[in-house]
Amino acid sequence: MICLEQVERVFQVGEETVYALQQVDLTIQPGEYVSIMGPSGSGKSTLLNILGLLDRPDRGVYRLEGLDTTELGERKQADIRRHKIGFIFQFFHLIPRLTAAENVELPLTLAGVAASQRKTRVAEALDRLGLADRSRHRPDQLSGGQRQRVAIARATIMQPAIILADEPTGNLDRASGTDVIETIEGLNRAGMTVVIVTHDPELGQRTGRQVRMLDGRIADDRRRTA
Amino acid sequence: MKIDDTLGFAFRSLRGYPLRTGLMLLAMAIGVASVVLLTALGEGARRYVTQEFTSLGTHLLIVLPGRSETTGGPPPLLGETPRDLTLEDALALLRSSAVRRVAPVMVGSAPVTRDGLSRETVILGTTAAMAEVRNLSMAQGRFLPAGEASRAEAHCVLGHKLKTELFGNTSPLGRFVRIGERRFRVIGTLAPRGQSLGVDISDVAIIPVASASALFNRVSLFRILVQARGRDAIPRAKKAVLDIIRERHDGEDDVTVITQDAMLATFDRIFKTLTLAVAGIAAISLAVAGILIMNVMLVAVSQRTGEIGLLKALGAPGGQILRLFLSESAMLSLVGAALGLLLAGGGLLLAERFFPNFPMVAPAWALLAAVGVALASGLVFGVMPARRAARLDPVAALSRR
Repeated sequence: MICLEQVERVFQVGEETVYALQQVDLTIQPGEYVSIMGPSGSGKSTLLNILGLLDRPDRGVYRLEGLDTTELGERKQADIRRHKIGFIFQFFHLIPRLTAAENVELPLTLAGVAASQRKTRVAEALDRLGLADRSRHRPDQLSGGQRQRVAIARATIMQPAIILADEPTGNLDRASGTDVIETIEGLNRAGMTVVIVTHDPELGQRTGRQVRMLDGRIADDRRRTA
Repeated sequence: MKIDDTLGFAFRSLRGYPLRTGLMLLAMAIGVASVVLLTALGEGARRYVTQEFTSLGTHLLIVLPGRSETTGGPPPLLGETPRDLTLEDALALLRSSAVRRVAPVMVGSAPVTRDGLSRETVILGTTAAMAEVRNLSMAQGRFLPAGEASRAEAHCVLGHKLKTELFGNTSPLGRFVRIGERRFRVIGTLAPRGQSLGVDISDVAIIPVASASALFNRVSLFRILVQARGRDAIPRAKKAVLDIIRERHDGEDDVTVITQDAMLATFDRIFKTLTLAVAGIAAISLAVAGILIMNVMLVAVSQRTGEIGLLKALGAPGGQILRLFLSESAMLSLVGAALGLLLAGGGLLLAERFFPNFPMVAPAWALLAAVGVALASGLVFGVMPARRAARLDPVAALSRR
C-alpha cells in the first residue's frame, strides 16, 4: 500500500546541505502497525510528512496504493490527504474557537458533505471515543487526553486507510497517553494502517513493526514475531 | 467545501477575534460614512445654490447696461460710458412675444426717516411686475400697484428689517415715511426671507421707478429683469432683448444679457465637480481602511499559521484557503460598509436637525459608490494576505505551535 523507493530529502541550512532522508526504501502493507523511532534529527518526522503528502521528496518515488504521488499536483495531493490519510499531532492542532464537534466536523465540511449528514457522523464519532458529553466544549475546556481524542475523531471521520501520528502521546501524562494509544490500536484492529513516530521506547515495543532511523537512513527494521 | 460553509467558517473566525474585527469594522464604517457625508455636503451645497437661484424668480434674464464680453472688439477704455438703459428701453422689451414681464430696477441710496428715526438704506425703484418676477411675498398690505410706470406715485413698500427698525411691532400701513426729500405712504411690507444671493432684500425700500428717477434725478436703470414666457422661450427672449435694445440704441450692442439658466448651469457644474472632488478625497479614507484590513489580515495569517497548516493537512487545497480568507475580508468590508451607511444616516439626521435650511441629501450614486469601493478595497487588499495564507508550507505551518 505504501511504497517508498530510494527517497531523498535535502534541506539547505545556511551554507550546509543537510540530508534529512537518504536512500530510504520502505514498504508498508495494509493493516500494519508501524512505529518509527530514532533520535532527534534522524529524519523520522520528515519521513512522516512525506508519507502524509505534506512534503515532497527531492528524489525517489512514493507510491500510494500503486499511484505515483510524486507527479501529482497540489490539488490532487490535497484530495488524497482528505480521503486517505488521517493526521494526529503532538500538539493536537485543534482550532481554539471551534467546539469539539465543530473541530471533528471540519474534514467533512472541507469535503463538502451535506450539513445533516455531517451532524450524525460527528455525533457517532464522538460517541465512539466517549466524548458525547463534551461535544459543545471548546478545546480549552478539555483535558489533554480529551483533546487528543477529539483530534483522533477528526482524523478518522473521513474513514481514511492510513493514520499518521506524530508523537501522539508526547504532550500527555501517562494515563491519558496509554488511553490514547489504546484508542489508536483499536483503529488498527479495525483495519486501518497506523504509522506512529515516537521517542518513547515503551510505545515502540507495542507496535507490530519497528523502524529505527539514524542520520536520515533506516538503520533497523524489525517485525515482532507474535 | 460549500459556499455557505465557507462563509460560515469565515464568519466564525471573525467572531473569534472580536477586538480585531471590531477595529476593522470601525475603520471601514468611518471610511464609508465619510464618503457619504461629504458627498451629501457637496450635493447639499449644490441644491442650496440652485434653490437660491430659483428663488430669484423663474425663467429670468438680467439685462445690464454696457458690454462685458471679452470676445472681439477693442476693450472699453476707462471712463467710456455706455448708452444709458432707460425706462423706455425696459417697456419696449414687452413688444417681444417671448417676454412675459419686465421689471426695471433703479438702485440708489437715501435716508429713510420716520419720527426722528432715520436709516440710510438701499432704495429700489421698480414696477408692479417686480413682485412676480422676483417671487416676492408680502407680509402685510400689497406691492406697488400696476399702472403707468412713468407716474411718480408717492407710495412705498418696506423690507422686513427696515419696517421693524422704523415701526417696531406696530403696523406701518397707511403711515408716512420720508425718503430723501419726499414723503411716501407705506402700502405694504415684504415677508422676511433673509439673504438672497448676498442682497439683503429685507433692508430695502421699494418705490415706483418714476419716483426713484425723480428722487435721484437720473434716468439710467441699474438693470432690467426680464421674465421669459417659459423655459423654451429663454433663448428667443434673449435674442429679442438684444435686437430691441440694438434698434433703440442706434444699432449698437451696448447691453449684456445674463440668463439665469446659464448661471444655474454653471454653478451646477461647479458644485458637481466639487462634490466629486470631495467624494474622491473621502474615498482615500476608504483605501486607508482597505490597507488597514490588509495589515490586520496579514497579522491574522501569521497568528493562524497552525490553523492554516491543519486545514492543508485535512485536505484543503490552496485555493480553498484563499477563498476562506477572501470571504473574511469581503465580510468585513460589507458589514463595515453597512455600519458606515447607518453612521452616515445618523449624521444626516443630526445635520438636518441643526441646519434645517441646508438640504443635505446623499445622492444614490454616492451610496452605491461607497459600498462598491469598500467591497473592492477589502477584496483587493485582502488578496495579498489570503495568497500568503494559501502558499504557506504545511510542514512549517504545523511545526510552529
